Amino acid sequence: MLYLIEQCLNGVQLGMLLFLLAAGLTLIFGIMDLVNLAHGSLYMVGAYLAATFAALTGSFVAGLVLGLIATLAVGIVLEVVAIRPLYGRDHLDHVLGTFGLLLFFNDIVRWIWGPAGMTLSLPSQMLAAVQVLPGVFYPMYRIVIILATLAVGGLLYVLVMRTRIGMLIRAGASNREMVSALGINITLLYTLVFGLGAALAGFAGMIAAPISFVQIGMGENILILAFVVIIIGGIGSIRGAFVASIIVGLIDTLGRAFLPDLARNFLSYSAGSSLGPALSSMLIYMLMAGVLVFRPEGLFPASRK
Amino acid sequence: MKRIVLVACAALALAMSPAAAQQKTIKIGFVSTFSGPVAAIGNDMRNSFELALDHLGRKLGGLPVEVIYEDDQIKPEVGVQKIQKLIESDKVDFIVGIIWSNVLLASLKPVIDSKTFMIVTNAGASQLAGEQCSPYVFSTSWNNDQTPQAIGLYMNQKNVKTAFLIGPNYAAGKDMLEGVAATFKGQIVGRELTRWPDQLDFSAELSKAAAAKPDAIFAFYPGGAGIQFITQYVQKGLKDQIPLYTAFTIDELSLPRLKDLAVGIPGAQQWVNDLPNEANKKYVADYKAKYKLSPSFYGSQTYDAALLIDSGLRATKGDMTNKDALRKALEKADFKSVRGNFKFGPNHIPIQNFYLQAAVKEGDDFRLKTVATIVENDQDKHVSKCKMPN
Repeated sequence: MLYLIEQCLNGVQLGMLLFLLAAGLTLIFGIMDLVNLAHGSLYMVGAYLAATFAALTGSFVAGLVLGLIATLAVGIVLEVVAIRPLYGRDHLDHVLGTFGLLLFFNDIVRWIWGPAGMTLSLPSQMLAAVQVLPGVFYPMYRIVIILATLAVGGLLYVLVMRTRIGMLIRAGASNREMVSALGINITLLYTLVFGLGAALAGFAGMIAAPISFVQIGMGENILILAFVVIIIGGIGSIRGAFVASIIVGLIDTLGRAFLPDLARNFLSYSAGSSLGPALSSMLIYMLMAGVLVFRPEGLFPASRK
Repeated sequence: MKRIVLVACAALALAMSPAAAQQKTIKIGFVSTFSGPVAAIGNDMRNSFELALDHLGRKLGGLPVEVIYEDDQIKPEVGVQKIQKLIESDKVDFIVGIIWSNVLLASLKPVIDSKTFMIVTNAGASQLAGEQCSPYVFSTSWNNDQTPQAIGLYMNQKNVKTAFLIGPNYAAGKDMLEGVAATFKGQIVGRELTRWPDQLDFSAELSKAAAAKPDAIFAFYPGGAGIQFITQYVQKGLKDQIPLYTAFTIDELSLPRLKDLAVGIPGAQQWVNDLPNEANKKYVADYKAKYKLSPSFYGSQTYDAALLIDSGLRATKGDMTNKDALRKALEKADFKSVRGNFKFGPNHIPIQNFYLQAAVKEGDDFRLKTVATIVENDQDKHVSKCKMPN
């Protein structure tokens, strides 16, 4: 039982990381109707910038703060220079354009930081495991990730649902022409949304950096999961992204935790050992296929009036 | 007059032709991973090969060399395409490199069918040592299961009774876990294969390992995955509870990233940077001087490959046409390997020592050092399955 709780915590924690990435992606997709394959690159850039600033200042927190500001700036410059010409064009153009950006970012990162990768080291007091329940030890930093993401999610909720900018963002998602007809500067709004998405992706990259490894292409694998999340959750819906992130995180983690053993009960040891991991990595895609068949608009579609 | 000019031309052509034949260039197709997260490994191999060419005066067996570097992007299907291109359109004399066992297995057929010589400088798929051994394929590395077999022996020495084994789900991962299981005398309480190469997070597997309460964990994670695994292992607080034993997880490429996290975690390896032979001292010192980095075992194996090719071509006086003679010359392995003693088994896999290595902190520097020799002159166990034609 305690083991199950621990694995669920692992799943929720993975879900939280996915949420940060998926929230930005779904905002950009839902509001700007832009398919952004370079979102994972911003995740990578965020991690590299934070690792660099942390190394320069010697402080983990200062690294995160400066990295976040720098990623926001990168996002805004990127929107103005490269993304703007893509608005109103075909989705295929978006995919080609942003895929080009993805390659561009991988090469520029190799050019600046070299191929060896970097590490963002935790302050030593965060390296320990804490007892969350009697007998359940959990890495302290992963608890920090869960709490920090919940805080960011809460802020995002307040921003989108309770502020004037949020109202404009929601209005832009529902009816873009009407918003611009009412005299709202939609160009500025788009830059803002893209910058916000970039900052969220960068934040995800930098808080994931201490548990993974800052390396070229680090955003690409997790970006695929983030796309799965927004398809399951409903495109443009932050609530959907939140719920779907946790579902995907739990399914992926619990699948890895239990399926291999389950498969070994039915099959020979070696066949089960190979099939288990393969099957557990397919689970979330099966869920996505199911959602696409039975609820193509996603579990929590953004309201469109 | 015209006739004299013609005769002069003919004489000149005659005089030129043997010289032209001697000017044959040895073409090497070098396949490794130069892009993406593990590009650091490919760079280390390329650096070491270039350094070896520098040491040999940019010549192999006295002939000028042309090296064509190709990136396999860590994908078997890309690797085999690149190798086919190197063989068919570049008509290379040697294929050198290959990090990944699954890339190697995908690429063996075009190499063997075209009778191109291949020096594998890392991948150690057990099939290559056994049923798929070939007169044209040589390895300057090891067979996959030898290194984990050595660490399994060391775990016995340390009186480990129960162990949890974990590695990535591809050809090498399976070989590695089999390797530990072959020599480890205690009980194996769990065996886990994870997604490769795109596993993001090991939390589920580490929780599972901790829940199994073993005396020790064995892990095989090359490249960045190893950094992730060890970081998460330490963050989970397991370093003080369940000792970790490794193969190919802590090396000179990952140590500068892992720093303190890696200190005290043992690993086995057939080469360590401080091996006290002259060839190795020269290799390590010149590598550090040229690239301002420390070479890793990947590089050391690739350095040896250049020396091996040079020794073979020197014995045949640069003749590539008599393949049997070249093969016999390569089998003699008449060169000074950076790992000390080096000789081939009948399946063209080296028979060599395996050392216990430890990550230590000296001042502000972290480095790997040899602690002990675990096994001497170890031969892989697949050799009996190899039917090498004479």
